[in-house]
Amino acid sequence: MDSSQSPSLFGTRSSKLKAASTRLKLSQYVVLALVAICAPLGDSCLARGMRQMPSISLDHPLALVSAVFHPWIAAGIVMLICFFACYLTALSWADLTYVLPTTAFGYVIIALLGRFWLHEEISIYRWAGIILITLGVGFVAQGPSLTEQTPDRELTS
Amino acid sequence: MILPVALPQGVSPWLAAAMIATVAITSTIGEVLTAAAMKSIGDLDEIRAHSGLKGAIRAVLTCPLFFLGVAFLAFAFFALLFALNHLNLSLAAPAAASLTLVTNAIAAKLFLKENVDRRRWTAAVLVCIGVYLLAH
Repeated sequence: MDSSQSPSLFGTRSSKLKAASTRLKLSQYVVLALVAICAPLGDSCLARGMRQMPSISLDHPLALVSAVFHPWIAAGIVMLICFFACYLTALSWADLTYVLPTTAFGYVIIALLGRFWLHEEISIYRWAGIILITLGVGFVAQGPSLTEQTPDRELTS
Repeated sequence: MILPVALPQGVSPWLAAAMIATVAITSTIGEVLTAAAMKSIGDLDEIRAHSGLKGAIRAVLTCPLFFLGVAFLAFAFFALLFALNHLNLSLAAPAAASLTLVTNAIAAKLFLKENVDRRRWTAAVLVCIGVYLLAH
């Protein structure tokens, strides 16, 4: 990295980034959607694969290495690598407090996968939870994705 | 009963809280460090347009803050695995996730100087309650 750009701890944002538009492009919404979709799909693949593995004790930790080659777990790892790449990309142009709530829609995807794919029962509490998360996501996604560093600046959006 | 799911035998509420808090704190530190790294690097889309995918990957892999963040995230992952060994999935995962959202909002305001306005606080709290309800 260029030394003039080297970050201090909790580095100052470059002026170029400060001037960046706070409204997202369509491709950036696609990246956020991929974050929300890849994480639950990856976790589901891992869970499905681990359920088919014999139980692993801490006495034989190397058995975890062989688990990596299980097709479902390998698929899960690929999905999670996609998730992490998209997550890092999103963090490069949006605030952490924007990315985390917007991609919380993944919890809803997990619940819906459970209901319609694994035929799990969803209680009235869970539906209420799903509605609250959707409201929270819609709420924050309408706001600016990147805020100035000066905390006392008025937000106009 | 505050907790949505009964604890397995031999696990005290304090031990459960300690395990969940460890996950929340380490993942918050990891996420804040990773976010700080990505903010210091700049817009990855622009870097890719300028110097290609290799340039974008190089920009990330030459940032020490990024590796520090990933180390904390890895610790949080193993702390979650440990917690899952002792607690029910339906308690540990949503509790840790919702707690992390709130601690992240506080940490982002303090350390990343993000402007966490009322809209984002409301969203964090709504998602937090929503994840708690999902555990039922």
